[in-house]
Amino acid sequence: MLTKRIIACLDIKDGRTVKGVNFVKLRDAGDPVELAAAYAEQGVDELVLLDISATTEKRKTITNLVRQVASRINIPFTVGGGIGSVQDVAPLLEAGADKVSINSSAVKNPDLIDELAKEFGSQFVVLAVDTRKMSNTWAVHTHGGSFPTDKKLFSWAKEGQERGAGEILFTSMDHDGTKNGFALDPLKKINELLKIPVIASGGAGHVFHFFEAFTLGRADAALAAGVFHFGEIKIPDLKLYLKKNHISIRM
Amino acid sequence: MKVAVIKYNAGNIRSVAFALERLGITYTITDSIEEIQNADKVIFPGVGEANTTMSYLKEKKLDQLIVSLKQPVLGICLGMQLLCRHSDENNTPCLGIFNQSVKKFEPVNQLKVPHMGWNSLTKICGWLDPSLNEKYVYFVHSFYVPVNPDTTAVTDYTVPFSAAMRRNNFYAVQFHPEKSSDAGEVVLRNFLNSIE
Repeated sequence: MLTKRIIACLDIKDGRTVKGVNFVKLRDAGDPVELAAAYAEQGVDELVLLDISATTEKRKTITNLVRQVASRINIPFTVGGGIGSVQDVAPLLEAGADKVSINSSAVKNPDLIDELAKEFGSQFVVLAVDTRKMSNTWAVHTHGGSFPTDKKLFSWAKEGQERGAGEILFTSMDHDGTKNGFALDPLKKINELLKIPVIASGGAGHVFHFFEAFTLGRADAALAAGVFHFGEIKIPDLKLYLKKNHISIRM
Repeated sequence: MKVAVIKYNAGNIRSVAFALERLGITYTITDSIEEIQNADKVIFPGVGEANTTMSYLKEKKLDQLIVSLKQPVLGICLGMQLLCRHSDENNTPCLGIFNQSVKKFEPVNQLKVPHMGWNSLTKICGWLDPSLNEKYVYFVHSFYVPVNPDTTAVTDYTVPFSAAMRRNNFYAVQFHPEKSSDAGEVVLRNFLNSIE
């Protein structure tokens, strides 16, 4: 049976992991390669490396980093942040990334989804959708949730699927960091609407929240960052809890 | 042991190469007919679309080469599908080692297509280590090979399908052993170390 996936997200700035990390037995918690390897060992199903470097120049370090991570870990990983063109993606895939996630650049230029899917295949293209609830609709935001756009969550996710995205990474900015659980209602709706897998992101604070995302929210995968980094939720404990509660999970 | 990884327009060649390095295997990534012929083991990886890839293989005369190989050959993902007779993906005639037609998954019961993620291996037989039964491996695909007499592992997704196959010196897996954690390494070791 296909399992639900647990995904850990690492924010990378200038080649280093940001956000404090509370991993024991880690020689250098700021080293994304070490951290990625530690997560893989703990049994996480996938990783997302999100490059939040401020400048294009500094972002170039990510290709080298992707190569090091790919040589070290034997699970799939996605690279996101600052990808604006087909030319940006080719070196990342050549370096060993399994997928790329695009967000602001796809909102600005939706044809980018089609171009990437045609060039590399849909399975490489994750459309990240950051949203906030504004006057009763879920408005798509860009630049890490800073700028509202006129796009709406459901129609934009559907358009992304039709243009060739292989997966949707749905983040509720309203829930992100609250530790009060994922945005279950829109999550359920988006899962019913789409034929491609959906990753839930934003709001994980307790193992129960993952259970809710997979059952009530019908998510195919759930992503978290802080609660994993700080050891508040440990991957093996989370997986054991889900398995005990009859969620299909890889142990 | 000389291992040749067939170089073509596939996306995941680097991942396969890294997996071989982690196992301490030396390899060459090559589209040289002579180098591939002289290798002890050949890996035929693949991510992509069947029709474009078959055209590319024909252009490089790799299609004739692959079917003529006598040493163990491992097809991965699209590599496995291209070893079949035909693919429904853009109605593509393939290499014909396995006498099977590759079908598209139909979304049923809220199961999504592509089949993406970790799924379990069952009914392991033949060249794969029996310890792999019920182990999870990583899949990403929209097309599948039905269960047939050459099947050596079965996975369920909307229908039971071939997760692994073997016919003579041709071995194949639908999943990505290079991305399947410890279970994937067992599969690669089975192919690289246990097969003569």
